[in-house]
Amino acid sequence: MFSDYSLGDLGSILAMQGFAGLILFSVFVLMALGLAIIFGQMGVINMAHGEFMILGAYVTYLCSELFTNYLPALYNGYFPVAIVAAFCASGALGLLVEWVLIRHLYRRPLDTLLATWGLSLILQQVYRSIFGAREVGVELPDWMLGSTHLTDTIEVPINGIIVMCITTAITVAVYLLIFRSGWGKRVRAVMSNRTMAGAVGIDTERVDRMTFGIGCGIAGIAGSAFTMVGSTSPTAGQLYIVDTFLVVVFGGAQSLLGTIASAFTISQAQSTLEFFTSGSNAKVLTLLTVVAILMVRPQGLFTVKVRR
Amino acid sequence: MLDVSGMHVSYGQSEVLHGLGFNVDRGEIIAIMGRNGMGKTTLMKALMGIVPTREGKVDIDGTDITQMKSFQRVKQGIAYVPQGRMIFSTMTVQENIETGLFVRGTPSIPPDIYELFPVLSEMKARRGGNLSGGQQQQLAIARALATGPKVLLLDEPTEGIQPSIIRDLARTLRHIRDERGLSIVVSEQVLSFALDIADRVFVIENGRLVHEDNRADIDEAKIAGFLAV
Ligand SMILES: Nc1ncnc2c1ncn2[C@@H]1O[C@H](COP(=O)(O)OP(=O)(O)O)[C@@H](O)[C@H]1O
Ligand SMILES: [Mg+2]
Repeated sequence: MFSDYSLGDLGSILAMQGFAGLILFSVFVLMALGLAIIFGQMGVINMAHGEFMILGAYVTYLCSELFTNYLPALYNGYFPVAIVAAFCASGALGLLVEWVLIRHLYRRPLDTLLATWGLSLILQQVYRSIFGAREVGVELPDWMLGSTHLTDTIEVPINGIIVMCITTAITVAVYLLIFRSGWGKRVRAVMSNRTMAGAVGIDTERVDRMTFGIGCGIAGIAGSAFTMVGSTSPTAGQLYIVDTFLVVVFGGAQSLLGTIASAFTISQAQSTLEFFTSGSNAKVLTLLTVVAILMVRPQGLFTVKVRR
Repeated sequence: MLDVSGMHVSYGQSEVLHGLGFNVDRGEIIAIMGRNGMGKTTLMKALMGIVPTREGKVDIDGTDITQMKSFQRVKQGIAYVPQGRMIFSTMTVQENIETGLFVRGTPSIPPDIYELFPVLSEMKARRGGNLSGGQQQQLAIARALATGPKVLLLDEPTEGIQPSIIRDLARTLRHIRDERGLSIVVSEQVLSFALDIADRVFVIENGRLVHEDNRADIDEAKIAGFLAV
């Protein structure tokens, strides 16, 4: 499949598909970050994580509609507002879900799996009732459209660069939160030994709620980014949850660096392969490679070495 | 300071503690002696709220803590050094101690904690999991002290520790008590250590306290008899 292209062409294609994959990479990183901190902190696999992302996407869509209809002069600035709103909406829903549902099911992994799966179906139906089954898309303001030319043959989409910057900022913020803040210290203590964390005076249930809320809020931001690569529909989140699980498992659930490296590898592999074969072939090839690597390194790409 | 009465604790259907009761005065050190499987750890966990107390009452300074969660008990002034230390192995020494500060909102580690354990001060940035057994024991005590307790619980602190370090440990615990007027409850199988630090000694057997001696009139042979297998 590579033989029709010259070496120079191949280089350009790789670079351009690589940049095109940036938004996908960002969505993966943000989704995986949320999923991984929730799983690491409380052992809950959130099957509804994709729906939290889609909530963020709908909030972004609502923001763009709002600006179009009432504040057209400020349309250029809608995206930052949408990101904050998406984080707040998904985060708030996360807090509510934790309080109503999840906290009653700790230490019952199968039950949380089923409960969050049920929640994902409910949310999909709610979206369908409110927004309709049709896909919705957002108009990007002019300054975010188009691309810059790096060389004659390589061009980079501007929105990709913007989303990359946002993702970098969020990742750094999460890193600082986990390794430098008081909340992060509590989270790491609970991850290390929940019983003992309680016995040194940490209110573990409150930490759980905060963590779930923040994880879901980050999924909301992923939803904002998602509006740039895909159109938002009630079931769009489902397509991403499997990929995100892949990213988390491949990266090794405990490691921030692993999550990023694995999101990068998987999104780039998919984006590049998609150019040469069909989308589903790209998925299959990626999946096979990940499975093969996991057979050699079952603990994932990165792990922390310490005596337990 | 700490008043325990009629404490019944069970795992599922099987009752392990059958109505324990004792009290500890301010600045007093008591030792609870017993062989493996007699219920020492269960008692400690029940006092910490890690396993529920089915019947009975636990008071600290007049406040009933029987139904409280672990972190609320810590706030009331009870601190715990568990069997096996249970330090947070992926966190640094300093972070381990800092986890104890949240409950009182203390901004930074009080210097007297590092003064008690200079080794920890030298190893601030090491991961807790990479410390030796004796150092982890010191870290677990430092972390407990960071919560600013009135009562300190230690579950078999000498387990797996060299004899020379056990003597240091006894000295440190007495020093902590003298400095802070802390009450200490320590569970033990090593009689010499208990005799070294305790003002009163209890013997626990099959979930009941079966013997009590004051330091002045301790019957060493009798307690040794309880501990012999
Ligand atoms: N998690 C548990 N589930 C059921 N039984 C337990 C559990 N932990 C301890 N036991 C039982 O409770 C009794 C007291 O154990 P424990 O408190 O650990 O004794 P000790 O600390 O004095 O060695 C033992 O008979 C033990 O088998
Ligand atoms: Mg024990």
